[in-house]
Amino acid sequence: MSDLHSESVAFVRDTMLTPQSPPASQAGAIKWLRENLFSGPMNTILTILGVGIVVYLVNLGLPWFLHSVWNANSLAECRSAITATWGPDAHGACWAMIRERWSQFMFGFYPNVFYWRPILALLLLFVALAPILFAEFSNRLTIAGGVVAALVVWLAASYGEWLPVGILAVVAAIAGLLAVQGTKWPHNLIWFPIVYAGIAFWLLWGGSIFTPIAALAGIVVGWLAFRILAPIAGNIVAVTAAVVAPVLWWYFGSEPVIDLLSRALPRVEPFWLPPVDSDQFGGFVLAFVIGLTGIAFSLPMGIVLALGRRSDMLLVKALCVGFIEFIRGVPLITLLFTASLLLNYFLPPGTNFDIILRVIIMVTLFSAAYIAEVIRGGLAALPRGQYEAADALGLDYWKAQRLIIMPQALKISIPGIVSSFIGLFKDTTLVVFVALLDPLKGITDAVRASIEWKGIYWEPYIFVGAIFFLVCFSMSRYSMYLENRLKREHR
Amino acid sequence: MKKSVFLGTLAATALLAGYASAATLDDVKARGELNCGVNTGLVGFAAPDANGNWQGFDVAICKAVAAAVLGDATKIKYVPTTSETRFTALASGEIDVLARNTTWTFSRDTDLAFTFTGVNYYDGQGFMVKKDLGVTSAKELDGATVCIQTGTTTELNLADFFKVNNMSYQPVAIQTNAEGEQQFLAGACDAYTTDASGLAATRAAFASPDDYIILPEIISKEPLGPLVRQGDDQWADINRWVLNALVAAEEYGVTSANVEELSKGTDNPEINRMLGNEGDLGAMIGLDKDWAKRAVSASGNYGEIFAATIGESTPIGLARGLNAQWTQGGLLYSPPFR
Amino acid sequence: MATFADTPKANFRLGMLIYDTRYRSVTIQIVVLFLFMAGAAWLLNNLFTNLAERGKDLSFSFLWYRAGYDINQTLIPYTNDDTHFRAMLVGLVNTLLVAFLGCVAATIIGVVVGVLRLSSNWLVARLMTIYVEIFRNVPVLLWILVTFAIFTEVTPQPRDFKVTDQMIAEGQEPAASMLLFDSVAITNRGTFIPKIVYSRSLGEIHLGFLPISIDTLLVLASIVFGVLVFRAIGNNATKVQEATGVRPVTWWKRLLALFGPLLIVLVALGFSLQRPTLGGFNFTGGVLVLNSFMALWIGLTLYTAAFIAEIVRAGILAISKGQTEAAYALGLRPGRTMNLVILPQALRVIIPPLISQYLNLTKNSSLAIAVSYMDLRGTLGGITLNQTGRELECMLLMMLIYLVLSLLISSGMNVYNNAVRLKER
Repeated sequence: MSDLHSESVAFVRDTMLTPQSPPASQAGAIKWLRENLFSGPMNTILTILGVGIVVYLVNLGLPWFLHSVWNANSLAECRSAITATWGPDAHGACWAMIRERWSQFMFGFYPNVFYWRPILALLLLFVALAPILFAEFSNRLTIAGGVVAALVVWLAASYGEWLPVGILAVVAAIAGLLAVQGTKWPHNLIWFPIVYAGIAFWLLWGGSIFTPIAALAGIVVGWLAFRILAPIAGNIVAVTAAVVAPVLWWYFGSEPVIDLLSRALPRVEPFWLPPVDSDQFGGFVLAFVIGLTGIAFSLPMGIVLALGRRSDMLLVKALCVGFIEFIRGVPLITLLFTASLLLNYFLPPGTNFDIILRVIIMVTLFSAAYIAEVIRGGLAALPRGQYEAADALGLDYWKAQRLIIMPQALKISIPGIVSSFIGLFKDTTLVVFVALLDPLKGITDAVRASIEWKGIYWEPYIFVGAIFFLVCFSMSRYSMYLENRLKREHR
Repeated sequence: MKKSVFLGTLAATALLAGYASAATLDDVKARGELNCGVNTGLVGFAAPDANGNWQGFDVAICKAVAAAVLGDATKIKYVPTTSETRFTALASGEIDVLARNTTWTFSRDTDLAFTFTGVNYYDGQGFMVKKDLGVTSAKELDGATVCIQTGTTTELNLADFFKVNNMSYQPVAIQTNAEGEQQFLAGACDAYTTDASGLAATRAAFASPDDYIILPEIISKEPLGPLVRQGDDQWADINRWVLNALVAAEEYGVTSANVEELSKGTDNPEINRMLGNEGDLGAMIGLDKDWAKRAVSASGNYGEIFAATIGESTPIGLARGLNAQWTQGGLLYSPPFR
Repeated sequence: MATFADTPKANFRLGMLIYDTRYRSVTIQIVVLFLFMAGAAWLLNNLFTNLAERGKDLSFSFLWYRAGYDINQTLIPYTNDDTHFRAMLVGLVNTLLVAFLGCVAATIIGVVVGVLRLSSNWLVARLMTIYVEIFRNVPVLLWILVTFAIFTEVTPQPRDFKVTDQMIAEGQEPAASMLLFDSVAITNRGTFIPKIVYSRSLGEIHLGFLPISIDTLLVLASIVFGVLVFRAIGNNATKVQEATGVRPVTWWKRLLALFGPLLIVLVALGFSLQRPTLGGFNFTGGVLVLNSFMALWIGLTLYTAAFIAEIVRAGILAISKGQTEAAYALGLRPGRTMNLVILPQALRVIIPPLISQYLNLTKNSSLAIAVSYMDLRGTLGGITLNQTGRELECMLLMMLIYLVLSLLISSGMNVYNNAVRLKER
């Protein structure tokens, strides 16, 4: 056969051609362009449109950015600087305003000698969350811890305060002790954020340190009541006692104790910080305080509401559904107006508590209703088998929820929960409608009301928008990371 | 557990709750701080400076009251209020006095149950237009688009003015001055209307103020003054007479510079009575003898406050006009101190 | 009888109310009910005490007082002599308008962007990602303000359209000119579009507060009639085709059926378009689509569309790749694969979160006052509240209206959701 074949073929190649480089249109940048930008008429049109839009936007904004002024004391100075440098027709950004009012955008009217307190609270937040956020990377955790420690020391040095270092040392000592004992990071540190809440409250609002300690002691009281009563009187009584005892403590027990302790000890730093009223909060401190408190409280509340909504008890279910649908059905600003205008009608005559607290409560309720819906979705997405398996193991309702259902349902709901958090943080800008000085409109308009900066328009919006973007974008990226980390099923 | 934390916070807040009773003076003294409602930001009247200190014409009233009542013009908690929240804040006791360029009207005084304690600025609603529009009178504004800052009596005055003159207009009701200005500068409205003082302040901050004119018509009466809750006459009296003291001080030439010296005694019995050198007027309103002296030394008499915050030497450059003393052809007229 | 009732009682102990799971839920519910009633009673008691203390009453009679202010966009007739109630209705209609148009536009843009994010075009996919991330992560209030300001800055003022004798003499063009044969003027106050006028108008009928133009009704009726006849002819042709195998030529009949009645009605009514013309300060004649409306609409749309795009993308990604491959195997082009195979399936995943986006958009429309659009919050919750000082009544009414609105939207969408849901057999 092969002979026949070789004879019938006129030409047999015995040397291969030297390989040629691919045609210009099939290699390098051109190939990439062809495949990714001009793969068909439709794509070509889209590309051209896209380039057009980009060019238009850059053309519109770039000169304005290029003609920026960073050093000036008023808008008029900015204008004259721009005219002097780039000619009379030039328009330019006046970032000098952000420079001069930076601290107001960040801290509102927080007394400037105490700026270290909110900063420290923020740094400690990362310390408090780090074991939970980055459980798997102990080396990164060390680096992050080092950075935070350095920042705290710098903070202490620049404000001449030794308290930040003290707090940091205590935190580090506790963490080190636990690490030596071989405590596993995330699981046994659930109480850490709770303690943090106390510290943050004390740092931000000041006053006697025994106020947060007494408040936290309520939790200990509840826990003790549960532990003591559970073996004697059974779970139900113990749970009831665990709820009632702290309330009794907070109402009747804590105040005399705080009084006694704060009188016994001098009004100096480790025991007492000069109080700061919440009406002095503004700018991003306000946004963060409202946002973070809302986030911290709306998640547990959302879980309870979601469970209530799926409950077999008709009345509980009806109440939860009614609450969720009502909150989700009205705009947040009407709830804020309620906090500001109507709450006084519904509370006992003469009651008049802090507007920021009222707003935080409303924002928390608002967010909780949304989170409840997200978690309900997560619960619904769990296969029935999981519930049945939990029942088969003989777990009671709460154990089944805690060990089987919630971990899975929460994992499914992470993207939804985080986007609710992002939404909540963005919604903190709406507090301006009840005259709180949020960074976007409140502080901005207050600054615009000064003679120096009246008439400035774009710069504060761009600045505040950029910061919101940074925070929210990082949150959404983190949620994606968390989603991947917790992904257990194999595709 | 987290649920109980939430409950705990609620409980803690209940502990923090304060109470407002009928005797505002006692409350303020007990608190050691005056809660004063101000604008969230209005050039010349109330605005925070770079250090976060509130400054302005309305703020000066708060300072005078705090100085008279508490003896310290810095013991003030400024509560920014919007046009929606201001009355509720006052009615609910969140603030003790509202000094937020609020127009004294019949229904506010009666139906809303407040007491206006006087007029600290006689204002009126005016119009600002671009000069090259060629308009010289508000009566030529038929068919124009008018930008309004909402939440005041402005919308009603405007509607009335155009109705009376049988003209039509397109309202653009904007909530904040910043957006209103931006619209006006870009030519999205032909005229910008708000209180004349606000117009002057707005115009002063333009890149080229000379291209804009404020029309001569003032279409409304806007007596702006501080107000307190109805039913606490003592507190209303204190506020009323602090304001009167500032006005009278200007009339009699008492300034923050010479008040210390004059309080030692002068030839003018009226000054002596006011500054507590003769008689004891302070006791009649529940204060001590030096109340008026402290009120005047807080930020000066009415004329000094005016000159420092909105007067002709400031960029806002408002003339005294109606707000001059009655001896100078204005409306300021303090009842006698006796 | 008595013995029957007594037997279970004998076994019943008080402790069973807590420890017996049969009774426990009843106990808990009774406790909850009791707490709820007590809470509600406490709130109401406080309310009435407070009202009495301030000498106020809970009365909605202020709604019938003269409003006294003007509203810039009135879809139902309104003057400042009308009542607060009518002002509220005007605001409500404005809210509904922007919410409805916003939902429609946000869905369109959201679907397009969501699909384009998965596009093979590198640049477009990146641009869409940037758009989605930027819009999702910045407060909506800022977007509304920015849209409003940009609209005002980039569009010309009405006076730029002015042509003076001097300009003609010097051969200058005006700075801006009208579009589409001088019938549309885009200005920084709004877009002026031609108005439909009928010279032989039949007048209006008044339906309660809402006057309805008979002309418009007639035109609508003729369009509906035309469409019905159009479809009837088509169906008839299909029947003929099925019976004989030959499809009769009907395109001209169908066209005539579609447009004939409409044309006849329009001519009979003396239809004409009134173009906006520049006069005085503004364009007159024509219909003004306010910039504040446009800004709110576009701002809300772009913001919500970014969320919808993510929902759509997630929905598409949730459809298994086998579906796409199967469609390709059938010879469908990518566009048709998307339209006929992927999107209809993805819709089931997309609809539920889409409902909450619609609700969000509706609620976010209450930020309208920031750009001077007079919606429900601007009228009832804004000027009316300020003028009457009835904050309790105004806020309660406003919450009630928004609540009803939201419940209507979500129940309507749920009906649709049930219709497209996977029918399991």
